[in-house]
Amino acid sequence: MPDQVPAVRLTSITKRFPGVVANRDIDLEIQRGEVHALCGENGAGKSTLMKILYGMQRPDEGTIEIDGEKVSFRTPADAIARGIGMVHQHFKLADNLTVLENVILGAEPKKAGRIDFGTARKRIRAMAEQYGMRLDPDTLVENLGVGDRQRVEIIKVLYRGAKVLILDEPTAVLVPQEVDELFGNLRELRAEGLTVLFISHKLDEVLSVADSISVIRRGTTVATRLNPREVTSRRLAELMVGSELPTPELRESTVTDDVELTVRDLVVLTPEGRPVVDGVTLDIRRGEIVGLAGVEGNGQGELIETIMGIRTADSGTIGFAGEDVTGWTTRRRREAGIAYIPEDRHRHGLVLEGSLWENRILGHQTEKPNSRGPWIDRRGARRDTTRIVQEYDVRTPGIEVPIGALSGGNQQKLIVGREMSGEPKVLIAAHPTRGIDVGAQAAIWEHLRRARAAGLAVLLISADLEELIGMSDTLHVILRGRLVAEVDPANVTPEELGSAMTGATVEDAS
Amino acid sequence: MSDDKRDLPSEEGPSVAKPSETSADTAPATAEPTKTSEGVAPAVAKPDGPDGPDEVPGWQAILRGLGPRGLGLKIGAPVLALLISLGITMVVLRISGADPVSSIQSMIDYGTTSNSIVDILNRATRYYLSAIAVAIGFRMALFNIGVDGQYRLAALLAASLGGAVTLPAPFGQMLVIVAAMVIGGAWASIAGLLKVTRGVSEVISTIMLNAIATGIIAYLLNTDRLAADRPGSNNVATPDIPSSGRVGPLNGFLSSIGIDLPGRMYGLLPVAIVIGIVFWVVINRTRFGFDLKISGLSPTAAQASGVSAGRMVVITMVLSGVVAGLIGMPELLGASYNYSLNFPAGLGFTGITVALLGRNHPVGIALAAILFAFLDQSSDILQEVDVPKEIVGVMQGVVVLTVVIVYELVRRWEIRLQQKSVASELAAGHTVAGEAAK
Repeated sequence: MPDQVPAVRLTSITKRFPGVVANRDIDLEIQRGEVHALCGENGAGKSTLMKILYGMQRPDEGTIEIDGEKVSFRTPADAIARGIGMVHQHFKLADNLTVLENVILGAEPKKAGRIDFGTARKRIRAMAEQYGMRLDPDTLVENLGVGDRQRVEIIKVLYRGAKVLILDEPTAVLVPQEVDELFGNLRELRAEGLTVLFISHKLDEVLSVADSISVIRRGTTVATRLNPREVTSRRLAELMVGSELPTPELRESTVTDDVELTVRDLVVLTPEGRPVVDGVTLDIRRGEIVGLAGVEGNGQGELIETIMGIRTADSGTIGFAGEDVTGWTTRRRREAGIAYIPEDRHRHGLVLEGSLWENRILGHQTEKPNSRGPWIDRRGARRDTTRIVQEYDVRTPGIEVPIGALSGGNQQKLIVGREMSGEPKVLIAAHPTRGIDVGAQAAIWEHLRRARAAGLAVLLISADLEELIGMSDTLHVILRGRLVAEVDPANVTPEELGSAMTGATVEDAS
Repeated sequence: MSDDKRDLPSEEGPSVAKPSETSADTAPATAEPTKTSEGVAPAVAKPDGPDGPDEVPGWQAILRGLGPRGLGLKIGAPVLALLISLGITMVVLRISGADPVSSIQSMIDYGTTSNSIVDILNRATRYYLSAIAVAIGFRMALFNIGVDGQYRLAALLAASLGGAVTLPAPFGQMLVIVAAMVIGGAWASIAGLLKVTRGVSEVISTIMLNAIATGIIAYLLNTDRLAADRPGSNNVATPDIPSSGRVGPLNGFLSSIGIDLPGRMYGLLPVAIVIGIVFWVVINRTRFGFDLKISGLSPTAAQASGVSAGRMVVITMVLSGVVAGLIGMPELLGASYNYSLNFPAGLGFTGITVALLGRNHPVGIALAAILFAFLDQSSDILQEVDVPKEIVGVMQGVVVLTVVIVYELVRRWEIRLQQKSVASELAAGHTVAGEAAK
């Protein structure tokens, strides 16, 4: 394999955006028939690089070679024509069409001016079989699970003749079994001679599936073509973040005996009647941070939304400061002092078109300094926004710009600052430091620690196990909507916690 | 396999944990910026973020009246749009065989006579109220297509109430107006309640309610029921409102301040102005208006912030209907004094267009209403210069389409510009936090 012409070679790719350099002198070589992993932190420039390779953006400098031939892509169509396909993190499928229709959409085979479904069906069946994917071309996409949808996306790309597949964070939305299945599929693809470029920041996945690994940090490649058998996940992590790793940790315990938030036998059902939160019972005391570990999609989102009153509980109760708040509206809960950092900041945390100060009001419309009686207090809100911007180091030229113009990390800092204002009693925090740079992460942890010392009760959800272990006084594991284990954050390693999250070693972990 | 979601190495390595311990200890936010701004890569306006701010679909932005934020663009965009549509109109006139310059000249001449001005302002008053009713819904992405049925039903019932009772001066008028508002609101609330309880799209239900309202009006406006024959014509109408319950024309007041106009200017024209001001204040200065706006911009964020979506839908729908109830009042109390087969119809639909054109802003809507009224009024003269008056409908369509397209393009362009300027200002070190530190 090594002496071949590489399937893809990127040479000194540089891409600047106004004010920032997203990619700087990136060199990358991917051999034909390998699974190549590209690792890096959020915001390290992985996505930009892939967009360049897929023709969505043009590099300012540098060259792209496919099979030894220099190419220049103007649009994704050019990239597809050269056999490069991309499976996006967020699926782009039409729910009300069948698998077959989705796959051929935009590349319909025609016979006598009409779409030739017969041929297409045969080809899709043959491809599914060849690459060992279970897929019925005639089911509606809306009836498919996440893993199946991803397979549809992969088939869609292969159908267009892709020889190089780019998978952008493909496991972020999958549960462990689906991840296994995906990796099985990837190995099949590799066996058929296809090249896979796999973008991820989950190191264990990378080590288990990749043939070679490249690491990108702050827009440039810091290591290329590492052999997964010769590198540890620890070494990879250091490469990814550099050496200055801040560690989340709590110092002396501030846990008191006053229970601030109680959840009792909470059940939340999907519209189809399947439980997504299944009998959860939880206590959070003043000055305590309760962590909730779980693979994404195991009911954490539904649980916190129910605690916030955005979803209704199908049974069970939620108590706050000694009162039963199960029937309260979201606003009443917020006014009573439950703060909320939502999972999806764009959908639930912000109004992107609104200015910073308008977003400061969001969620606290009825509270000082944002309003006085029925009136919005524009001056008060503006002044307090300036305070948050300074205290939380939100990088913005002013508080009148729409928050959509800021980067994700700076948006998140405003949300955290906003939710910590007004002395909340309980904070429901989902991924409070997601997408934030290292320095700001440490600052947010410090804010959390200080609030905890002052008696704040926190429910913390994070995909970052290090953060969960370091910042939690108590740590629960959630699996398929149920709390399956309580682990001691002082004595658990991320490995143990990780296997507890997949349900592998529940007994040992507790 | 062990697919735990690990992002960072475990903390067993003391060499890694120690330096960070100190950095966490000395983490006052003010000390951080200089360190991080140099060290950390693209934290700013990261163009590869999953969702850019231009994620609002164009059609929604259009209906909600999103547009440029800067003052220069706010004025520049409509001027540009009007110039473009004037150009297109001239081409259309040319194609239809008329002389564009002289046709438009004669429209302007006719439209600016004092007789026309009174008609235009009266017409604009109706359009304005109708457009405000529509805009209330639009601001929270709620499409009240039913303004038409709401105002006609309200006008009919209020007219027959006004014709049946005689009250001393301010009370008669107030009774009719309040009744019309209540009826408009109640009729609109049906659509709101259906949406909240049964998930029926308000677009569908309001269109159907329009048809039902038309049916009810046809049934009630009958000599057996609410109406009486008009002697000397085959028109039927509700009994006239007694003179103590009418609103006199505004001409008297206007001539007292030195403006003499012929004809009868609606006495209730100031009501439209007041409604416009109230609309602006509520939207921009109150908590309710804030909730309404964010419900329109992001229903999910509004819900997470504690806005009850269902309650908001019903309240907004009712408010829209309440204002819709006012649409017929200037005509009813100031000119016709009864509801007959000749009562102005279709104002609700014109209102949708005017709201769209006015970008849901009270001042924009006022200008749009006057423009539409002017075009309607001056269409009469076109026949005299041998141009079909229907060409005015084409003009109105052209104006709306151009404005909508220009606004959307300018809005997108401005967002892109803004992102760039934010990025470059940050790169140059202009941040609020940085400024404060100096």
